[in-house]
Amino acid sequence: MSSASSPRAQEPLLVEESLLNATRRRAFGVMFWICAGWIALVVLLALLASVLGLQNPTTENYDSLNQGPTLAHWFGTDDLGRDIFSRVVYGARVSLIVGFGAMVISMSIGASLALLAAYRRGKIDLLVSAASYVMLAFPALVAVIAIIAFWGHDLWKITLIIGVAGIPLVFRVVRAAALGYATRDFVVAAKTQGASDWRIITKEILPNVLPAMVSFFLIGVASVVILEGALAFLGLSVQPPTPSWGNMISESRTYLSQNPWLALFPSLAMILFLIALNLIGDTLRSALDHQEGKL
Amino acid sequence: MSLTPGLDRSASTDESALLEVCNASTTFATDRGSLRAVDDVSFVIKRGETLGIVGESGSGKTVLSRSILGLLPRSGVLQEGSIVFDGTEIVGAPDKLMRAIWGAKMAMVFQDPMASLNPVVRIGRQITESLRLHLDLDRSEAKATALSLLEQVGIPSPKERLRSYPFELSGGMRQRVMIAIALACSPKLLLADEPTTGLDVTVQAQILDLLSSLQKERHMSVILVSHDLGVVASRTDNIAVMYAGKVVEIAPTATLFSSMAMPYTKALVDSTPRLSQPSHLRLSPIEGRPPDMTTARQGCAFAPRCSFATDRCRSETPPLVTSPSNPLHRFACWNPLNSISIGESS
Repeated sequence: MSSASSPRAQEPLLVEESLLNATRRRAFGVMFWICAGWIALVVLLALLASVLGLQNPTTENYDSLNQGPTLAHWFGTDDLGRDIFSRVVYGARVSLIVGFGAMVISMSIGASLALLAAYRRGKIDLLVSAASYVMLAFPALVAVIAIIAFWGHDLWKITLIIGVAGIPLVFRVVRAAALGYATRDFVVAAKTQGASDWRIITKEILPNVLPAMVSFFLIGVASVVILEGALAFLGLSVQPPTPSWGNMISESRTYLSQNPWLALFPSLAMILFLIALNLIGDTLRSALDHQEGKL
Repeated sequence: MSLTPGLDRSASTDESALLEVCNASTTFATDRGSLRAVDDVSFVIKRGETLGIVGESGSGKTVLSRSILGLLPRSGVLQEGSIVFDGTEIVGAPDKLMRAIWGAKMAMVFQDPMASLNPVVRIGRQITESLRLHLDLDRSEAKATALSLLEQVGIPSPKERLRSYPFELSGGMRQRVMIAIALACSPKLLLADEPTTGLDVTVQAQILDLLSSLQKERHMSVILVSHDLGVVASRTDNIAVMYAGKVVEIAPTATLFSSMAMPYTKALVDSTPRLSQPSHLRLSPIEGRPPDMTTARQGCAFAPRCSFATDRCRSETPPLVTSPSNPLHRFACWNPLNSISIGESS
């Protein structure tokens, strides 16, 4: 490397070193880590439910009906004597599968279409945008209920249906975020360096809209969990005796005055899970958005 | 102007010609009618030569450079004439063909280094990207090349900077990185579109010096687009002055400054502040504004703002003619300065 031909620069090199390190090691705050810990715990319990030695969530025990929390049954038992702790843990599986599964479907399809539409514009954009408007104009909940009632309440079918219903929403959000970047100079610059469209979309535009996508994903998961709960309440989610947070709350209705524990624990699990997801999504978005502001 | 597109091709026999622009026009379809942003422009750039393109905002400089790069969108844009780069016709070339040229043979440095670097990608990857694409280098080879490139453009501690994000660098450093990216695959032609406009004056000079030293080293052709005659004056072989989409004067740099023929060129020079002038002297701006490009006009586009304009200027469009004193000097004016008697009027 020829040092002779390298004109040493005199202008300041770095913006400000201290500012930089603060950005790199951004503290997310205690709440973020509590929330992340809670989500991790729920996910871990749901994953390991079958090896944890929990009581069978569907085994009925007529010796202990409608009990409050005891040492043997931490969260108490329901009207058929089933262990509520075990049912909440197994119920998390349903919520997690539907929540994350549906959002993975919505995100992968919706975001791909959005990035393509935002970069290419023209006919593709027109077509997909029009389709998304049509889908958005249709009341999603009614459509989902109708399709599930017609097609079946299988866990995978519910996930798929909710996932597809979420595509237009993801499309709009990601397209809006990507549009701003698609015409930026660095995209043109990448083009003048010979990058293919695929490369430009995945390596230039995608990293910039990823923060928005991550936070929307988490908040989307929360909404789907609520939706699943609502469907379960209507008896349109997984069928008893398989537990889900939604159908546990639904079943507890009848015993609300005798045994409020029955409603409390699944509701608490769901609420804390939703709050945690929203908080994490928000924190991540503001933390990642900052980088752009610095530029 | 010549109606036969092949007329100016005589230059194409010159082996060292890298870029031949021949009667190139670019027209945009707008809501208010068609806008001819580049109007019948012809010039030739030889290998290793620098051409400065100068003009006001809206004179078509940027559209011309985008036309040369083949970067304009297909729909709503009409491109005519021919732009031949290193034996390849750019006008109408599909993106597939252009992708082999972009980056490898032709590269661009943009005006705003804040916007032309991807804010969320590390510098290192932004440089190695095109190296790996065009030169088929593996990861470590590309990294080594990127290091030497950063060193060549004068970035201190290049090793650490490979891992930096653009927002961690100052404006001048970002522009150096941008130049390193553009030069990664040793292009034959570099288009620098106002490369220093977003930088402060001391950094401007450094960047321009860097560009010209790299150009000499690599025997690369450069098109330096600027609104500032001062920027192009000392660093170009030829200068083309653009007004309302047309090249109104083109000449070797020394000739242009010694015997400029076009009143517009003189007006541009006069509107540039000079150190030799007493302080607090009022600059002489060019009165009026550039013409509305969507309306059809008669005569010389500069006539409404020109103090030498005659009735002929307002009714007949002056062709680009060759100066009798220098065959490389061409201008489009009925009443050239220095009262050169031009051949056309005879």
